[in-house]
Amino acid sequence: MMKESTPMIRVEAISKFFHLPHRVVALDKVSAEIVAGEVVVVIGPSGSGKSTFLRCLNRLEYADEGHIWIDGVDILSPKTNINAMRAETGMVFQSFNLFPHKTVLENITLAQQVVKKRPKAEAEHKAMALLERVGIPDKAQAYPDRLSGGQQQRVAIARSLAMDPKVLLFDEPTSALDPEMVGEVLDVMQNLARDGMTMVVVTHEMGFAREVAHRVLFMDQGRILEEGTPMHFFTDPQHERTKLFLSQIL
Amino acid sequence: MQLSSGLSPRRSKLWYRAWAAVFVLMLAGSVYLLYYATKQVDYVWRWYRIPQYFWYVEQVETRSMLDGDIAAVEQGATGTVITVTGLDGEVERYTVPGGGELRVSQGDMVSSGDVLGFHEVQHVGIMVEAAWLTLKVSFLSIVIGIGLGVLTGLARLSHNPALRWTAITYIELIRGSPLLVQIYIWYFVFGTLINQLLGKYGLPQPSALWYGVASMAMFTGAYVAEIVRAGIQSVHRGQVEAARSLGMTSFECLRHVVLPQAIRRILPPLAGQFISLVKDSSLLGIIALRELTKATRELITSNLQPFEMWFVCAMLYLVMTFALSMLLQWFERKWLTS
Repeated sequence: MMKESTPMIRVEAISKFFHLPHRVVALDKVSAEIVAGEVVVVIGPSGSGKSTFLRCLNRLEYADEGHIWIDGVDILSPKTNINAMRAETGMVFQSFNLFPHKTVLENITLAQQVVKKRPKAEAEHKAMALLERVGIPDKAQAYPDRLSGGQQQRVAIARSLAMDPKVLLFDEPTSALDPEMVGEVLDVMQNLARDGMTMVVVTHEMGFAREVAHRVLFMDQGRILEEGTPMHFFTDPQHERTKLFLSQIL
Repeated sequence: MQLSSGLSPRRSKLWYRAWAAVFVLMLAGSVYLLYYATKQVDYVWRWYRIPQYFWYVEQVETRSMLDGDIAAVEQGATGTVITVTGLDGEVERYTVPGGGELRVSQGDMVSSGDVLGFHEVQHVGIMVEAAWLTLKVSFLSIVIGIGLGVLTGLARLSHNPALRWTAITYIELIRGSPLLVQIYIWYFVFGTLINQLLGKYGLPQPSALWYGVASMAMFTGAYVAEIVRAGIQSVHRGQVEAARSLGMTSFECLRHVVLPQAIRRILPPLAGQFISLVKDSSLLGIIALRELTKATRELITSNLQPFEMWFVCAMLYLVMTFALSMLLQWFERKWLTS
């Protein structure tokens, strides 16, 4: 995989605090750089801040401190058009979040028409091509509740791809799936990685991390404790906390 | 049975029919009991007096103002024209509209005050007029109430404190006081102030109807706002996050994703609210709006048939609320299938 020198995502010392009602430090001065075409997997125990980190990258959570640049644009600046930025930073959720009142096709065309102002025919053409790519063109006219979890998640990925994103963020995309459906979603993600999509993936799928990731970040208590290639990470972890975590899940 | 069909044991057809019979017997029993009780107090039912309050025919007489002779009876454009020549030689023409009945013919002698002919005029009865007013007030209040309620519901969810607190204050004020008192305040306090001010500047003053509509609309708006808020909040957070992550603005997200899902959950409680509103309009009699309840009360003071009148009044409300309920159910189905 060719790697460019300018980072696609640059995160500089971001912190995020929640008040629930006592103050919780969800992210503690986290910094990271992700280059174009890179696949980064973020793992860590629950409550470690990995989802918060991901959600900060498209401002679903507004970081309280620090800076984030996506493709050179400072997304925390009030002058930035955040809606335009979000369209370029696709997000795939654990619970799919398809729009239940729209068909699969409409799910994929809605934002194209509303945000990108594409004509309906063009949006539908694009949607069909994407459904082809994720392997379910026959479900175009179905409503999401008629689809299996794996199919829904593939539609959600197609919906994000329709916006021609520069970056795709995955927030535990397979955690809500029945075990036999995990594979079909991971296959789609693996193909995306092969096509050079920049991806940040929060997941518990160690197999995916090992085979597809270029880099693994291990988070605990709002910090990145350890990062490195999957090879390094799974065979030679340095940090005690990482060793403990790996011993518990593997 | 519908609630816990899985839990219910198997039932025989006989069981079902027996309890259906119990229901019919109870209904018949209550009606008989009522009838029996009215017999004991010597109440005379006079249902035949009721139709005139819905529709009646008035006999209009055309009378001569002169002493004299009928000079001519001719067909005119609008009816029969009777020409009367007075003893002093003056001439008057009277018209009995088409379809009327004549009492005189050419050459007859008439005195002043004699009836020349009759015709019938159809009139809408007081109860229909009153029901119409009830419908009008309810409809205006519902339309204004929806607008007010949706705006307030959205303001209630806003992050802007001025909007949110305005919404909360409005909702709490309205929900915390009786509608009767609010109607009094609108008519006797705000109504007086507004009419005095408008009068001072020589502007036309709104009638009691509009103060009635204002009080009902403000009242409904507060409840609709809470229904709208609950409906919007019932849409899963993930829906908003998905829409926003695709680059939609908060307005686009509301319009394309949140409201279409919320409206299905909003409609059933909204129907209940509107049905309450139609019934609550019965309070408007206190500011001299002759709606259904007020009209019923007035008629009873003259015809002394309270039993029939109150049943008829209740029945008219039932017809209106049932029709409204059907209409909203139709809307619901339409929205659920599209």
